[in-house]
Amino acid sequence: MLYPLVAGVLFGLYFSLVGIGLNLVFGVMRIVNLAHGDFLMLGAFVAFGIYTAAGLDPLVGIPVAFALFCVAGLLLYWVLVPRLQRARDPEMLSFILFFGFSQVIEALTTIVFGTSERSIPSRQLASSLAGIRASLFGGEATNGPFRIFGLSFPASWVVAATVSVIAIICVYLYLYRTRLGTLTRAVMSRRDEAVATGINVDRVSAAAFGIGLGLAAVAGVFAPFMFGSFTPAFGIDATVTSFVVVVLGSLGNPLGTALGGVVYGVSYMLVQTYLSSWADLLPYVLLIAILLLRPSGLLGRRVRVA
Amino acid sequence: MPDTLRHYLIIAVPLLIVMAVLPSVYSNHLLLFNFVIFFILAQGVNIIYGFTGYLPFGYVGFFGAGAYGFAIMVMHLNAPAPLAVLVGGAVAVVLGLILTPLLRLAGAYFSIANLAAALAVLHLVANPALEQITKGPYGVALNGTFNPTMAYAGGILILALTLGIVVYLKNSSFGLALQAVREDSFSASMSGVNVVKMRTVAWLASALVAGLAGGVFAWYVSVFYPDNVFSADFSIFAIVFALFGGVATISGPLIGVIILYGIYNLIGFTTPQYFQLIYGLLIMALVLFLPAGLVSLATRRGWYVP
Repeated sequence: MLYPLVAGVLFGLYFSLVGIGLNLVFGVMRIVNLAHGDFLMLGAFVAFGIYTAAGLDPLVGIPVAFALFCVAGLLLYWVLVPRLQRARDPEMLSFILFFGFSQVIEALTTIVFGTSERSIPSRQLASSLAGIRASLFGGEATNGPFRIFGLSFPASWVVAATVSVIAIICVYLYLYRTRLGTLTRAVMSRRDEAVATGINVDRVSAAAFGIGLGLAAVAGVFAPFMFGSFTPAFGIDATVTSFVVVVLGSLGNPLGTALGGVVYGVSYMLVQTYLSSWADLLPYVLLIAILLLRPSGLLGRRVRVA
Repeated sequence: MPDTLRHYLIIAVPLLIVMAVLPSVYSNHLLLFNFVIFFILAQGVNIIYGFTGYLPFGYVGFFGAGAYGFAIMVMHLNAPAPLAVLVGGAVAVVLGLILTPLLRLAGAYFSIANLAAALAVLHLVANPALEQITKGPYGVALNGTFNPTMAYAGGILILALTLGIVVYLKNSSFGLALQAVREDSFSASMSGVNVVKMRTVAWLASALVAGLAGGVFAWYVSVFYPDNVFSADFSIFAIVFALFGGVATISGPLIGVIILYGIYNLIGFTTPQYFQLIYGLLIMALVLFLPAGLVSLATRRGWYVP
């Protein structure tokens, strides 16, 4: 019982990192980024490239992936979004637009890298930290399993969960302690009023879009370790999972996403342990149940009822 | 109503005649059958999205439910195929009734929940624990009812029914009321439209035609796996075809299927990645440059498009 609980919390924290970028993009722009999972997949390729080409610790991939996809997000925003928002029903059309975009990403990645499954040996993650840990706490400089409550967990899970917590705190600080973050929350709650008060909605939205994609790519750096391996086609599953996490939590609230991730992670691990053949059904049933019973999410305001 | 009759005579009847005659002059019957299926599905999406504004991203759920309704009737009850097709339609309507609460959700939430529902049905059907009933992930083989010619004729009949529904919606006060609900449900209810009932009827009609299409598809192919009949491609193709032509018209979705599915088959399957790339780019271009579909080229000039 303890093992699935702790593993669920570790996985859940990671899942909240997976979902938080999607939350930000949808909350600010009312755009459904169906290509979210594909940016995750590209982040995984960044980690893979850094490990195979340069032999570096995949952790180095975090700042690289974040910077790379932040810039990509800013550029993409200006190409796609203003045009989209002139249409009659941007929310629905964004669904289709980003579906097309996800097809393009998947096709290009497949053309360049092929369809084979790739993985990175899990002890490579945070290998640079292992030496520091050994000199501080004694013991040998290997990246062996972590012990929590007397149970051992792969070090990569613990590292991913830690980075996720740090990332969520950063998003929280951005939204609640910086000027741009305050403007972002203004756009989230009432777009038209934000425009009326002279906020440069495009600039705020572009920043949120860039950060959202950057966070997806950071989550992607850990994907090879959390899911075992990755292929260009794994984006769509990641997108659905992200939706579950975001909807479980609530919109525009990073703490809600963290809670949603943990609830999802723990219930997933419990079902996996006790009813394994039904585990695949869980995310979908959970998603529908939450949407119907508590449409505003676990921590949200009422925003969704037609 | 003369308009109803006229529209049916100038659009639906010629199409039905052409589709009925083509098998005797063109030898690739599977391709023709797929055209019929996509005509039905694109019009089914038109019924629910075009007239009520709900984008059914998990539309394939009804199709797959219809296919499995057919398969279970044939496998366990030895039902004759035409009856089994009707049961397939009934199964989809029941699924639609179960999912009616989803209509309470607005915009993207509906689409996400619908996608989750389709995936939930897929995982339910493909669950090895239910192998006794559905044959689980191992797929079904229905040799006893194999009769492509009759199945094709059944497809034509269902297409005739679907076109009848769309023509009725386009020309009746019921269809007008639905569009009023789509534009502004509050004002519509103020002017005496029973919003909930109208939406539900359109939703169930849309489920019915997809379920019948699924049943007749199962009849035609007779060997299939859960992943075939629940493939997200069906939902996505149907939506893209309908949008490409232009929704809330009778001819738009048909034009969309003819052009896009035609291109799809011309490019061929030799290099799926390049195909996926072209398709993704086409979808993006459609949303960015022609969000109201091909028919908007005519309506923009003030021409009436039925």
